[in-house]
Amino acid sequence: MTAPQPAAQPTASYGTGHTPVVELRGIRKAFGDLLANDDIDLRLRRGEVHALLGENGAGKSTLMRGLYGLVRPDAGQVLVDGRPVSITSPKDAIAAGIGMVTQHFALVAPMTVTENVMLSSVGLGPLDLAAARRQVKDAAARIGVAIDPDARVEALSIGEQQRVEILKALVHDCRVLLLDEPTAVLVPQDVDALFTTLRRLTEQGLAVLFTSHKLHEVSAICDRVTVLRRGRVVTTRDVDGAQARELAELMVGRPVTGVARDAVLGFETDEAPAARRDVDVPAKTVLRVRGLTVAGTASQGRRALFDVKLHVDAGEVLGVAGVSGNGQRELVDVLTGMREPVAGSVEVDGVDLTGAGPQRLMDAGVGRIPEDRHASVVPDLSVEDNLVMEHLDEFRRGPFVDRRKVRAHANRLIEEYAIKAGPTDTVGSLSGGNMQKVLLARVLDREPRLVIVAQPTRGLDVGATEYVQRQLLRQRERGAGVLLVSEDLDELLALSDRLVVLSEGRVAGELPVQEATPERLGLLMAGGTIEEVTA
Amino acid sequence: MTTLIALVGAALVSATPLLYATLGELVTERTGILNLGIEGTMYAGAFAGFLVAASTGSPWLGLLGAVVVGLLSGLLMGLLTVTFGVNQHVAGIGTTLLLIGLSEFVNRLKYGGGAVPQIAKFGLLFRDVPVAEQYLLTYIGFLVLAPVMWWVLRGSGFGLRVRAVGENPEAADAAGISVTRTRYAALLVGGALTAIGGAVLTLAILGSFTLNITAGRGWVSIALVIFARWRVWPAVFGALLFAGVDALQLQLAISSTFESVPRELLIALPYLVVVATLAISGRGVRYPGAYLRPYRRA
Amino acid sequence: MIRFALRGRQPRWLLPVLAVLPIVLTYLLTAGPIRAAGANPAAAYERYVLQPLSSVDSVFEVLLTSTPLLFTGLAVAVAFRCGYWNIGADGQLLAGAVEATFFGLNVRGLPAGVAIPLVILAGAVAGVVWALVPALLRTRLGIDEVVTTLLLNPVALLLVQCLLNGPWRNPENQFPESAPIDPAYTFPRLLADHRLHLGFAIALVLAIVVGVIISRTPLGLRMRAVGRSPEAARFAGIRVERTMLGAALGSGAIAGIGGVSQVAGLQGQLTGGISDGFGYTGVVVATLATLSVTGVVFVSVLLADIIVGAESAVRVLQLPPQMGDVVTATLMLCVVAVLVLRRYKLVVRFPAALHRSRSRPGLGEDAA
Repeated sequence: MTAPQPAAQPTASYGTGHTPVVELRGIRKAFGDLLANDDIDLRLRRGEVHALLGENGAGKSTLMRGLYGLVRPDAGQVLVDGRPVSITSPKDAIAAGIGMVTQHFALVAPMTVTENVMLSSVGLGPLDLAAARRQVKDAAARIGVAIDPDARVEALSIGEQQRVEILKALVHDCRVLLLDEPTAVLVPQDVDALFTTLRRLTEQGLAVLFTSHKLHEVSAICDRVTVLRRGRVVTTRDVDGAQARELAELMVGRPVTGVARDAVLGFETDEAPAARRDVDVPAKTVLRVRGLTVAGTASQGRRALFDVKLHVDAGEVLGVAGVSGNGQRELVDVLTGMREPVAGSVEVDGVDLTGAGPQRLMDAGVGRIPEDRHASVVPDLSVEDNLVMEHLDEFRRGPFVDRRKVRAHANRLIEEYAIKAGPTDTVGSLSGGNMQKVLLARVLDREPRLVIVAQPTRGLDVGATEYVQRQLLRQRERGAGVLLVSEDLDELLALSDRLVVLSEGRVAGELPVQEATPERLGLLMAGGTIEEVTA
Repeated sequence: MTTLIALVGAALVSATPLLYATLGELVTERTGILNLGIEGTMYAGAFAGFLVAASTGSPWLGLLGAVVVGLLSGLLMGLLTVTFGVNQHVAGIGTTLLLIGLSEFVNRLKYGGGAVPQIAKFGLLFRDVPVAEQYLLTYIGFLVLAPVMWWVLRGSGFGLRVRAVGENPEAADAAGISVTRTRYAALLVGGALTAIGGAVLTLAILGSFTLNITAGRGWVSIALVIFARWRVWPAVFGALLFAGVDALQLQLAISSTFESVPRELLIALPYLVVVATLAISGRGVRYPGAYLRPYRRA
Repeated sequence: MIRFALRGRQPRWLLPVLAVLPIVLTYLLTAGPIRAAGANPAAAYERYVLQPLSSVDSVFEVLLTSTPLLFTGLAVAVAFRCGYWNIGADGQLLAGAVEATFFGLNVRGLPAGVAIPLVILAGAVAGVVWALVPALLRTRLGIDEVVTTLLLNPVALLLVQCLLNGPWRNPENQFPESAPIDPAYTFPRLLADHRLHLGFAIALVLAIVVGVIISRTPLGLRMRAVGRSPEAARFAGIRVERTMLGAALGSGAIAGIGGVSQVAGLQGQLTGGISDGFGYTGVVVATLATLSVTGVVFVSVLLADIIVGAESAVRVLQLPPQMGDVVTATLMLCVVAVLVLRRYKLVVRFPAALHRSRSRPGLGEDAA
């Protein structure tokens, strides 16, 4: 194994020679019956970008959080500069020169950038804000970004917040930077900026470990890659020699085939996805949204959605792309009856449903599968109760709940949707995939004419993801209209017939899927106009 | 004019127990813990202060006794809500019932349910000077505790930790701050301050102990913290507001105009004012991000 | 290093442990104060738990004592089930008691068959009225109900005192307690030779009705959904505010009837001590019952057992009756603390053991 040689470094404290900066030996971690990390060995060299590649649920995050002291491994050893260290809390990790940017940012939103950066080094006594401000500025200069030390974090964009997270690690002279899914929340252009930052840091001798399930990112930035599958290391190798398809197969554990799969896994396919709809047949419009405007929250201080116009035809999937926080949540909230717009109209099958609540939307044949599963099913109640929750009145006998009917209904759906649970299990005890299936079953069983669905596969493993995507395509084949909001471009490109991009609460552009490339979508997401993009 | 001066003087006295308890609750809630044990802590502080002062003859030792009891009650709440992660409403009500029960139990054991003695109480400073004639604890409360608390929450590392833990314990933890220790610390400080607030009732104002001595002042403090939106100076203002209404009703009770109004209704007035204030100002309050949420690392 | 780790599944031995451990802990924790009072803990607990159950007569006394706890326990359980933290059952009970007294003093000459249903209804309405302001503030404006319900408790007590010191002061002896109410309103006794009265039967009927509503009807399912996850309930088309308002007012009504029961069933008049903190004990009852209605019935009787025992312990062991409150509060805190073991297990581990040690599998935690 030959490491890519980093530029000569004057700093003696960084790992020297062939001793890895960080070495993991035999890390093991179980969650209940699930073995998240099974005897994992990993060596991290100074000056390298090392990717942890694996599907959702492969154990990447657990391993990283274990190294940072956020999770306690059941067994195993961590060596820093060849010496064993005990990391039982982030404090130990920081002391050992390890910094981490967690997937959900560990930032205190109402505090300023400086206060956030100070958190990890602050004592009990008086705060030296001036010194901390200087530190922030110095660290920002080191990665070549400008940031206002006195800005409140909640007022920053996601990309800026991620930079604050990196600053937090840097002010502690960290030598190892752990990044958990750093690109998941970024527009492609921000991803490029992040990669530039990472290169600067590795040139300064840092080692970077980052998790991803996207192969093209790995080949773009990484020196070496370790592939995890079901908690075990499949391989560690240099990226140059690694074939994308080969890595994908290692990651998934079986040959990967099919357009949808390829796209979902992030392959660059030669051929554009075939037209998915017979465009000659004029389709009926099931959803028509005009001039939709939604007030923003106090911290947003502007409108969250502005003058949004879109439509979904029967038998098509309309993909809604955009960086998180550009109005998708508000759009879904309105279309699922959880929020009222300040202006505009929503029509389903020609019937005006502007400002309608959940009940009216359901009665009109709208199926709703929003992003936050925990806020859509009641985790503490049983599967059978959750399955009837939206239509309780159909399951009553006299003044009572007809338990027998509820049970029969649950048994049928459990069978049909292959839900791995009994009718009386609480939904909260199910895996993410099975929870999503409960929600799908509840909604799709009623054959809705319009399906509103957001981030349907986030956090699911391969099998569940495939299942959910196939179910959505089946709705389209059945003749329903599907509005799919996702931050996963690959998923959007694989499932959609047509795409709209939301940027700062407006529709930045609309593209048929044949013309939609990740680059074009990225430009629109970053605030470009459709003319610039298609020019 | 003299009435007004008397009113201000009386309000400051009456605000003192509330001030301590409210600031104690405030720092605790800033870490995300609602301490409904406050009523019991105040009660036990009042009784412990009284008991120790009665046995030793020294109000200062009484105050110390109250502090010890306050720390213990904070420890109990910490054990329940931080270590065990028990529902904070239930833990708080249970703590209140336990502490009141224990105080009454000891009271009965010691004095057989009969008359309790008068004790040597704290003297007033600046005697016969209107308004300035106050207890030392009142001066300390307004002139030392409140500014110090304000500075601690704003300008100290401890305060930064408290705020971070209360807003986003995951972030605080990731930064190496112990959520557990910070919450315990706040509960201990809060418990001690609350107990001092209770002890002011017996050691300074009353010079004795009676049943139901706190009369829901702990609940008032919790309301004041929400009213103040977890900020120190508005909390001080809230305590003064309640105490002002309280002092006013006392004045009214002895004035001829209100002779016919039942005393109890006047006593109830400040409580109703607090509810009304909450009703008016309590809309869209932004609670600390981790309010009522136990934290446990995976 | 001791810490909690999530359980994978509950082992079989857990349930008996969860039931027994709090009792053992309570005994150990309260033994100190009992000794300090010069009594033998074993003898004291014999008094608290066994003595009241040793004769038919004292069993009826226990049931009589359990009556107000049944009402407030049910009231609190209904509200908590729906995620509404009603800690104002004390005030609502007092409101019911005041209303019952008002009828008993002023609306005279009705036949008992009319008077009793009327006074029950009136008490329920009074409880609803006292619960209304916090409930509306919560469901309309989102203002925390914990504080407002709590603050109205002292207000209700002051109202009672105001009435007893003023218009309702007993004209015969000038004591601050009301004159006896019209006998038409007095609840009939259930037994010839004991004070146990209709109120107990009403409480049981209410318990059954509430139990059926919560577990068998769409309304109950909606209430539970709102209590467990208001967002998910709203998402499923349930009108969260309306459901919660209903639960809050229902809770107030039950507590209000409890007040009627105390006046019309037990005391026959209004006194300053009409509620011995029953609303707060109701929180203990509901919590110990884990909000189940059957549990409320059992726990009310258990706590009543301790209360009756604590009173007899005063005479026999010179143990202050407040020990009963201490025991119940300690028991509750022990139960809620021990209940954590249902989801978490205690792990004792030393840092040195981290190296390559194979700890047992079975620790469960949320996958990161």
